[in-house]
Amino acid sequence: MMNIRKETGKKTAATFRKVLTYIGRYRILLFLSLLLAAASVVLQLFIPILFGRAIDCIVSPGEVDFATLTNLAGRIVILLAAAALSTWLMNLINNRLTYRTVQDIRAKAIRQIQNVPLSYLDAGSEGDIVQRVIADVDQLSDGLLMGFTQLFSGVVMIVMTLVFMLMQSVSISVMVIVLTPVSFLIARFIAKHSFAMFRKQTDVRGQQTALISEMVGNEKIVRAFNYGARASKRFEAINRELQKYSVKAVFFSSLTNPCTRAVNAVIYALVALAGSFMILGGSLTVGTLTVLLTYANQYMKPFNDISSVFTELTGAMACAGRVFELIEATPQSPDPVKQLPAPVSGSVLIQDVSFSYTPDHPLIEHFTLSARPGMRIAIVGPTGCGKTTFINLLMRFYDIQAGTIAIDGTDIYTVSRSSLRRQFGMVLQDTWLASGTVRDNLAFGRPEATDEEIIAAAKEARSWDFIRRMPKQLDTVISDDDLSQGQKQLLCITRVMLVRPPMLILDEATSSIDTRTELLVQEAFDRLMAGRTSFIVAHRLSTIRSADVILVMRDGKIIEQGTHEQLMAAGGFYTTLYNSQFAGAAI
Amino acid sequence: MYRLRRFLKDYRKQAVLAPIFKLLEALMNLLVPLVVGAIINSGIRAADRGFIVRMFIVLFALAILGMLFSFVAQWYAASASVGFTTRMRQALFDHIQKLSFTEIDALHPDTLITRMTSDANQVQNGLNLALRLLLRSPFIVFGSMILAFTIDVKSALVFAVAIPLLSVVVFAIMLASIPLFTKSQRALDHLTALTRENLSGARVIRAFCKEKQEVDEFDRRNRALTRLNETVGRLSALMNPLTYVIINIATIALLRTGALQVSLGALRQGDVVALYNYMAQIIIELIKMASLIITINKSLACADRIADVFAIQPGMTYPAAGTAPETIAETAPAPAVCFDHVSFTYAGAGDAALSDISFTAEKGSTIGIIGGTGCGKSTLVSLIARFYDATEGCVRVNGRDVRSCPEGFLTDRIGFVPQKAVLFRGTVRDNLRWGSEAADDAALWEALSAAQARDVIENKPGKLDFAIEQNGRNLSGGQKQRLTIARALVKKPEILIMDDSASALDYSTDLALRRAVRAMEGSMTIFIVSQRASSIRDADQILVLDDGRLAGKGTHEELLKSCSVYQEIYYSQYPDERPENTAAGKEQA
Repeated sequence: MMNIRKETGKKTAATFRKVLTYIGRYRILLFLSLLLAAASVVLQLFIPILFGRAIDCIVSPGEVDFATLTNLAGRIVILLAAAALSTWLMNLINNRLTYRTVQDIRAKAIRQIQNVPLSYLDAGSEGDIVQRVIADVDQLSDGLLMGFTQLFSGVVMIVMTLVFMLMQSVSISVMVIVLTPVSFLIARFIAKHSFAMFRKQTDVRGQQTALISEMVGNEKIVRAFNYGARASKRFEAINRELQKYSVKAVFFSSLTNPCTRAVNAVIYALVALAGSFMILGGSLTVGTLTVLLTYANQYMKPFNDISSVFTELTGAMACAGRVFELIEATPQSPDPVKQLPAPVSGSVLIQDVSFSYTPDHPLIEHFTLSARPGMRIAIVGPTGCGKTTFINLLMRFYDIQAGTIAIDGTDIYTVSRSSLRRQFGMVLQDTWLASGTVRDNLAFGRPEATDEEIIAAAKEARSWDFIRRMPKQLDTVISDDDLSQGQKQLLCITRVMLVRPPMLILDEATSSIDTRTELLVQEAFDRLMAGRTSFIVAHRLSTIRSADVILVMRDGKIIEQGTHEQLMAAGGFYTTLYNSQFAGAAI
Repeated sequence: MYRLRRFLKDYRKQAVLAPIFKLLEALMNLLVPLVVGAIINSGIRAADRGFIVRMFIVLFALAILGMLFSFVAQWYAASASVGFTTRMRQALFDHIQKLSFTEIDALHPDTLITRMTSDANQVQNGLNLALRLLLRSPFIVFGSMILAFTIDVKSALVFAVAIPLLSVVVFAIMLASIPLFTKSQRALDHLTALTRENLSGARVIRAFCKEKQEVDEFDRRNRALTRLNETVGRLSALMNPLTYVIINIATIALLRTGALQVSLGALRQGDVVALYNYMAQIIIELIKMASLIITINKSLACADRIADVFAIQPGMTYPAAGTAPETIAETAPAPAVCFDHVSFTYAGAGDAALSDISFTAEKGSTIGIIGGTGCGKSTLVSLIARFYDATEGCVRVNGRDVRSCPEGFLTDRIGFVPQKAVLFRGTVRDNLRWGSEAADDAALWEALSAAQARDVIENKPGKLDFAIEQNGRNLSGGQKQRLTIARALVKKPEILIMDDSASALDYSTDLALRRAVRAMEGSMTIFIVSQRASSIRDADQILVLDDGRLAGKGTHEELLKSCSVYQEIYYSQYPDERPENTAAGKEQA
């Protein structure tokens, strides 16, 4: 246990140092914030002492010292102004400190997202990375920076309260110090017992959420099977169980405050008792007793604050770790300055290329292919055979491990990625559209395109038919749910049609489009592909048969290569694949 | 919140008692300064040690009583708020089960899930806090003032000035920041959406070399968010110093008045101390109340959103069971399904999804439906089950207008296989029994066989007890499709609707499936929606849809002769059979 604590302590310190380097240029602000926090705490603790003295000036008729009272009031006002000013400035500084650090870290994160190798993004889940950039960064700043300042002022407050209290009365201070831990013990006792209920509540709540998302998320199926009443019964059972645990969890956890308040009140009563006897003994004044009572009331607060800060700090530290993991991930290899001379004619030479995603699973080995300008290369294979690997390599989404890929005789690894990618038009099966209007999306690759050009491309890609019917046509804001998969695919195709790049990559680009529309789109593609080198991951027979070269892939490897006739004659895997996938159509 | 009050009905007692006990606790708190004042005035002045000890016992008793009152209050508040939320959640769930497809389309499932989970929790939390604390803080603030008046009217006037002043500062700052908070939350949502987009579109963004633009856009929104946050921050930064100044100035004023009163003999030192202590209490409570109101305000917004869902009325009504002449309609030799000039427009859509569709499906026949993406195939079959009501015309099942069928009548007779193969967490058996709760294992295996899924399940550990994960994650697309077909077959439906539900199956499995389903006992009427000509070419009647209209109906042979849309679809899939270019097919394609 101690060891683990030490270990986490070390890690915490390291992470905190990292945070400090990230807020490098705000270091002075942080220092100022701490300074002001200390000042405001000390002033706020000192003012009650002056009030205590003021009370001592008001004893009884004839025993009221108006002169001292005025003097004290003047001093209080000055200190008051100073305390308020330092609190205000500290608040402002803390604001700037947290929000600017958050902004900086997020700006770094987004640049990193654009600059890590795609393998990093492919390996992680989208939700996880979003959480790092948004929620984790927030918690980092809230928990770590604010937690740190709160911790600091908490400690200053405890120390100074002790000092001031001891200055007033040693024996009463000792009593307060000794009794205070009682309330912690009670709080811990309650926390321990309510924790079990909380865990049960969380478990059942998780079950309930799962049921809700299954049923409500698939409400149409529930309706189609008339399952509503049964679903309701299942829900009721879980809901009742949740109620049982929730009431207890809520109740137990809400006992902490009354209990600690009661302990505090008892301490308060004891201070009053002891203080009164001391006044009678002549060793204390009424004003001092008032100060001590104020302190006794306040003394608990920083302890409570600090303990909640610690919980937050632990959470924030975990978040910081996750954020740094993203920010410090190895970026992709630096881009060469040289540009690929554009436009290319489209000769692609792949020589002796080897690639694998993980070292122990070799995929593509010693692969060679020479594509003359204007050639059509079809890539076929069963689902999940790694057809997209090929695209990843051509677009340099992933780097090859051996061999060379050259376009127009230029090794693509000697030119910048963007100059390479600009020569390709890519349509993927996964239809991604940016949030924004139809126009934003269609002109994604050519923001300067005119409406006429966009409409012409849309007509060619057969997307104009449905865009025309949208409420605001090109200005319609796209929402994911309003478009069918097929419509999205048509928009993606239009996006490429507008750019007219020298080479094309189509990854099952028409898979979600019905066969009739596909035929029309295919004609447009045929026109677009004329004279352009194209790589097509295909699933339709006609596309494959008209290809100049067919690459047959299986388990991530390219196992056969040739024209349809050659491959059929060879009687290998392609023949089997062809018969199983397409011959069935003739039944 | 007001609209949701009915769920508190059974917890009225708790909801009333919780704040009452909380006020009793507050009262204990309020008495403390008076007791301390008495100690100073009577105990210390008169050197009466017995009195001081008695007063100490009173203070001690107040502490314990306060704690006990608080316990009772917390228990009632917990019972009422959790009970309320439990009722509300159940009612919400049941309400959603009553909505028709039109309303479900309008509500996003994620929205509904949020309403039922985090929004409901937030309401519970807010209600719990409100019951306990909403009355307590004002009670202490005004209680302090009233008790101050009982001590000394002149000094208490300071309270009468300070409290409104403090309230104005606290609430003005708070009210001004709430809309700003909402704004910055929205800005954060935008930033989140943008981050997500950057991740899901990583390949496309890089392919189009848009990295820099995306970063620029992100920076722009990032800075906008910071600006908003800093504005709110500057506002809340004022709260603490301002209230601190006011309360302390008030304390100075109080002491000055107190000093005068004491010198006049109208007040004693203990009274001054009591007044001083009351002043200190006020500020703590006001700040507590401000943060409480922010929490409650959030809960109210959540409660409003939940009430909005309750306000949505199911758009479809059903006649009560047994009111319509069920038996007559069923025995009459009516066709299984009949569309009579049916048109349908989705709510909020401009164009009709279906226009003037008429056809008749005889009992026991197989109907194929084919057509392009978005031509209305799925819409057509969903009208059979009355998922939506036709905008014009009439849909009849067994000769009976679907609108006259009691609830559950159609779903009991129709086996529906949706386009998206969705399975639920639970065993294979649980999933199949969605079709019929009473089905025994033999019936389940029979359905699995017909759906060509017997092998799949026989090879799974536990067979029918094999645990399917959420969304059927541990099954392949084809396996899921076959199980959803089996699920519909378990029902032994009169009408089976397969909405493009064999797309992941290869041609030979698809064929075997169709043959097995056809061979099942009873005269099931089958609707097959497909994009594949091979799946529907053997149907007794094929409906060809084109942009919501019926472009042709008839058998495969008839349509191949007469329907140009059908010809196009068919030949696009079978280029070799195209009559004019059977020889030159390769070059053409």
